[in-house]
Amino acid sequence: MNAAQPAQAFTIPLDSLELSKRAHIESIDWAALEETAARRLRQFGFDEGVTIEALHLGPFGRDPLAVRVGRMTVAIRRAHARAVHVVPIAK
Amino acid sequence: MNPQPLIAVVGNPNAGKSALFNALTGARQKVGNYPGVTVERHVGRAILPSGAPAELIDLPGSYGLDPNSPDEAVTRDVLLGRQQGERLPDALLIVLDASNLDNHLRFALQLIALGRPTVVALNMVDLAKRDGLELDAAKLGAELGVPVIETVAVRRRGITELLGRLESELGHQRAVHGKDLPPPDLVHLQKRAREVAQAAILRETPVRRITHQLDAVLLHPVAGPIILAAVLFIMFQAVFAWATVPADALDAGITSLGNIVGNALPEGAFKSLIVDGIWSGVGSVLVFLPQILLLFFCIGILEDSGYLARAALISDRTMARFGLQGKSFIPLLSAYACAVPAIMATRTIENKRDRIATILIAPLMTCSARLPVYALVINAFIPNKQLLGPLLSARTAMMLGLYVLGFLAAVITAKLLKSTILKSGKSPFLLEMPPYRWPTVQSIGLRLIDRAKVFLRRAGTVILGISIALWVLASLPLEKGAPPPIAESFAGMIGHTVEPVIRPLGFNWKIGIGLITSLAAREVIVGTLGTIYGIESGADDDDRKGLQQALQSDLTLGGAVALLIFFAFAMQCMSTSAVVRRETGGWKWPAIQWAYMTGIAYICAFLANKIVTAWWT
Repeated sequence: MNAAQPAQAFTIPLDSLELSKRAHIESIDWAALEETAARRLRQFGFDEGVTIEALHLGPFGRDPLAVRVGRMTVAIRRAHARAVHVVPIAK
Repeated sequence: MNPQPLIAVVGNPNAGKSALFNALTGARQKVGNYPGVTVERHVGRAILPSGAPAELIDLPGSYGLDPNSPDEAVTRDVLLGRQQGERLPDALLIVLDASNLDNHLRFALQLIALGRPTVVALNMVDLAKRDGLELDAAKLGAELGVPVIETVAVRRRGITELLGRLESELGHQRAVHGKDLPPPDLVHLQKRAREVAQAAILRETPVRRITHQLDAVLLHPVAGPIILAAVLFIMFQAVFAWATVPADALDAGITSLGNIVGNALPEGAFKSLIVDGIWSGVGSVLVFLPQILLLFFCIGILEDSGYLARAALISDRTMARFGLQGKSFIPLLSAYACAVPAIMATRTIENKRDRIATILIAPLMTCSARLPVYALVINAFIPNKQLLGPLLSARTAMMLGLYVLGFLAAVITAKLLKSTILKSGKSPFLLEMPPYRWPTVQSIGLRLIDRAKVFLRRAGTVILGISIALWVLASLPLEKGAPPPIAESFAGMIGHTVEPVIRPLGFNWKIGIGLITSLAAREVIVGTLGTIYGIESGADDDDRKGLQQALQSDLTLGGAVALLIFFAFAMQCMSTSAVVRRETGGWKWPAIQWAYMTGIAYICAFLANKIVTAWWT
């Protein structure tokens, strides 16, 4: 929202986040997710501002992803990860 | 009314809730079902410090009071006193994973807001410390407004203190302050959870090192699938090869005990009932207990260690090709042990159509009840030749082939279902990857005792009942005061009636009797054939080798292969049909499943008989 925030330019979908790179969740496109998926993501702690990191990829088609969100590791399909927009944390 | 206070043990999945429940109740627990739903109800008894007993109930792990699955609905309904057949708990024991506070606290805040007497167990503090997280339990308690006790359930640390606090909290109705009544909205709840977690954390390093390092190998794009295949191979090798040692010992024990009993009894109808009816019927099924327990042992280790969730991730893409998802992998793997717990394990699949598809294909996986049948027929008809040195014998290859066959039938059926009557959009595969843990002897042991009880109860009721009924049918009508030849008995008449239907498959009327009795449960056919051939050959021949020889002279190779194929596909298990009915809420799906599986079984067995007979004769 804030026009002074330059971070917007670096927002990428979660499924493009490099492995072992940490990021903040900038926004989640809840409308793009079916209801059960949205609820489960919320329960897993997916929320704006939360730190997230892509850890591992599934062996076939690099899908699904294992990501750490908060202190928890969860598996999420690429299709759902695309609805999560993140800003990588500069090292 | 029951004077014992009821304490609900509640928390997120993977919080170590069941371990804590086991530590509190020991072996004093019972597993049942809630009426109307296939959610297991675990209750146990704990002794409070004053010596008074308390009833503990282990509620299904849940992420919140807004249920996603039938399991989570039970948790909510029990907590709100709405669950049929369960009274409102007098106190809550909330279990938190110390390493996962910010996430688990959200549910805890919802629970505390219910205003019931509450104690929080801050569990697995040792693992948290291992991963560089130090927590202040007193501070956490102050923030939450309820007592917080540090525990390590698997080492029984903090258990006495926990029981003491539970006893002193019982009956103290907590005043609910405005401060700890969180707004119902999840976003705010999450914020408050993070604040509380931050307040309680003294020091932290951000990584779970051991789990991360293990995952780097076990979820490696190349090594991961290879390791998974190796793990599954070792598991089946264990069940087929290593379990034969205890199984043979048990077999020898049962046989010699049968001989001792047989020799002690006077000749006559009573001896025949005991030795031919009951002993050979029940005994031939009991022999498979070691194999079944070993299979459950392996799956228990995989599950408790946290590896099954990784297997689900690795297999998700492959399962997706058949229209399923990674979460279906866990029930399908358990279906190798038994379809009943497998079908109950489908509760974690949120998508209803995925869940029904998984339920429908689960009984096609080769469950342990097929083992006795396969073992009997294979040992009777397949020569014990080595194919690949000591690694693979012809018999093992045949057995493996049947497993592959069941698996193929399952995935092809899934594909068919998911592209026709159970079509659905992409399913949400969202699964927590719990940290790796050592499985505990207690947790695995309790589960094995449970499964052994179920198996023995079945041997003692269904199989015993059928054995006795069959013996009676095989011994009547009396001819000049003596039992008739089996072909002329009532059982023989029934067998002869169905013979025209099954003759195209290469089966005679004796197999026909076995097929009828095995409609109750697959393994029953072994006992039935034991009884039929036992009666036929006279009372002394209760040796299992005798049964193999009798089969060899009575069945062609084509008929034997057809019998194996029939058992691979046919739906012969009342327990499974009952669970499917309960789980899907009606007779429609179990009826479709029964007709589909048994139809395929008939057609394929027919083809197998024709092909094998044409090639080998």
